[in-house]
Amino acid sequence: MLDDKDRIFTNLYGFGDWGLDGARQRGAWDGTKGLVEKGREWIINEMKASGLRGRGGAGFPTGLKWSFMPKPDPLRPSYLVVNADESEPGTCKDREIMRNDPHLLIEGCLLACVAMQAHACYIYIRGEYILEKERLEAAVEQCYEANLVGKSNVHGWPFDIYIHHGAGAYICGEETALLESLEGKKGMPRLKPPFPANMGLYGCPTTVNNVESIAVAPTILRRGAAWFAGFGAKNNAGTKLFCISGHVNTRCNVEEAMSIPFRELIERHCGGIRGGWDNLLGVIPGGSSVPVVPAHEIIDAAMDFDTLRNLKSGLGTAAVIVMDKSTDIIAAIARISYFYKHESCGQCTPCREGTGWMWRVMSRMVEGRAQRREIDMLLEVTTQIEGHTICALGDAAAWPIQGLIRHFRPEIEKRIDQYAANPHSEPVRDFGIAAE
Amino acid sequence: MSVRRLAEIQPASFAFTPENAAWCDKQIAKYPEHRQASAILSLLWRAQKQHDYWLPKPAIEDVARRLSMPYIRVLEVATFYTMFNLEPVGKYFIQMCGTTPCVLAGSDDIKAVLEKRVGPQRHVTADGLFSWLEVECLGACCNAPMVQINDDYYEDLSAENFNTLLDDLAAGRPVTIGSQTGRRTSEPAGGLTSLLSLYGVDGKSGPECGTHDPNKHYTPTEPEAPKDVTATQEPAPAQPAQARSEQEAKHSVAQPEKTEETGTARTEPSAPKDKA
Repeated sequence: MLDDKDRIFTNLYGFGDWGLDGARQRGAWDGTKGLVEKGREWIINEMKASGLRGRGGAGFPTGLKWSFMPKPDPLRPSYLVVNADESEPGTCKDREIMRNDPHLLIEGCLLACVAMQAHACYIYIRGEYILEKERLEAAVEQCYEANLVGKSNVHGWPFDIYIHHGAGAYICGEETALLESLEGKKGMPRLKPPFPANMGLYGCPTTVNNVESIAVAPTILRRGAAWFAGFGAKNNAGTKLFCISGHVNTRCNVEEAMSIPFRELIERHCGGIRGGWDNLLGVIPGGSSVPVVPAHEIIDAAMDFDTLRNLKSGLGTAAVIVMDKSTDIIAAIARISYFYKHESCGQCTPCREGTGWMWRVMSRMVEGRAQRREIDMLLEVTTQIEGHTICALGDAAAWPIQGLIRHFRPEIEKRIDQYAANPHSEPVRDFGIAAE
Repeated sequence: MSVRRLAEIQPASFAFTPENAAWCDKQIAKYPEHRQASAILSLLWRAQKQHDYWLPKPAIEDVARRLSMPYIRVLEVATFYTMFNLEPVGKYFIQMCGTTPCVLAGSDDIKAVLEKRVGPQRHVTADGLFSWLEVECLGACCNAPMVQINDDYYEDLSAENFNTLLDDLAAGRPVTIGSQTGRRTSEPAGGLTSLLSLYGVDGKSGPECGTHDPNKHYTPTEPEAPKDVTATQEPAPAQPAQARSEQEAKHSVAQPEKTEETGTARTEPSAPKDKA
């Protein structure tokens, strides 16, 4: 188990003071000037050596990402954009960082900006997080007052930080959609290439990072890459915030070492599965976009990128959604299908039309009002959406259904047979969601 | 995707209050020169807040003028982002999270309460106090089920404490923001399992404990002034409530597609490129 002395987010639950004094007491803004003075190369090398993989879902190595930024050009300033548009269902970790430990994030922004030779940073925070936005703005104000950030701050690296408030669109969590939104347009993803590192915000070099990836950077640099790399399995280094929701006895956010076995994570922090381990049906281990993993495969699996990928799922944002045997798994996945239908930006036809089509078929399957052959047809359609859209929302909409069919096909067939044995003529249940 | 159109009945005019206009200028100043379009979401937010939490057409036009953007560019943004309410809402606008993690934790019970007490979605109660909408994940899954009422999250709900909450709001009594079961934020209920050495099992007995309230709002103009829901929002005067229910009566008749096409093209950057 991770010791408290090795935890990065020491005010995760807000029992301490979020302000500058409290943050300093817990170690934030300590020796930052020395880290800035060590320079770009050192920071990037240290981040690479730490093995930190992006915490926003894709798991791309953060140090490598920072190294992609081109040499500074006075006519095209570089930007850091922090993705605080946390909206992946199941995920609620960045919210706790922003309202309880905002200074770690701000310090991380400064160090990341040094690493990518940027002088301006925008934090794009989701529209619903109003209190968190106020808290973050207050923390930024404290930093300006203490001259920790600003044009001529004590660290010797001119740096401005701005908070940008979104307005409720899941798609703006996709990095290029986020940039479009930041420019004042609809959040519709851009085609890549060009990648944001070359053509990002306002056509200038930009790096987009998740809140958690940025907020862990100062501690990594202070304590050394080797310390961070010491946790977790090879290639899955570090500590990680897990958000455990669903059918556990005590739902919570918790910081743990990567590669912690699922059983240990739940036993230690969540008081076990509701109704005991025999009652576990399946787990969505990384936010709604990743496929469900059935109980017998997940129970002793290590919670990290590579293990879960081998289980044909993923760590994603480490939003662990636990489902016990009382769950109607088909309805649970159908609700996720509705989510993607609602959040598709409408730019690419396969996704715009496909997400609605999949949801309609899924909502029939919840009742069993379908033919057995339609299961294969549904699977076939998911493969026509997956990989045929500009951004990954199409993939994310397809994967949960593929996971359902892969692991719970007998369940779907059983329900179809039950309905066939006892058909009725009421209209298809619509989950009470307003027709659109 | 969802189809979102402007309300049928629109006010004749909209103007930012001087304080809000000054605030808007401050937002525009956050972005580089000629990139004032970036402030669009902030301005629309402020307009919505000033106008009883919904965004009328004159406000969209005002924002377009302020940002020197074509009206259609602002309209398409206002209709794209789902947090902009394009029609009147109750004084307490309830957004209920209905995505899978909340469903697993029992959001169907919360929905049943809302359907019983408030009625169908988007319907404003006759007294103008409540309206509700099922929304997608609000990012408080460890405190599910939950709702957002105006600016604030109310978490760890059950049919019982949610009914109490609505009673308190309706009666103008003070309410607790955040968890309704006494959790501070998203720690495990019944005692900490990590950070014990800093805060103790109960979060109150360790060396690092602070005294601040994690759910307290921070208002930059009046620092440290607690902003509590009931203090800032007096019970609705009878007049607007009545006007609202009249509007609503007309709404329920039909919603003709009177608005302009939002268009599908998304090119033409409104600000000049700052190429060298």
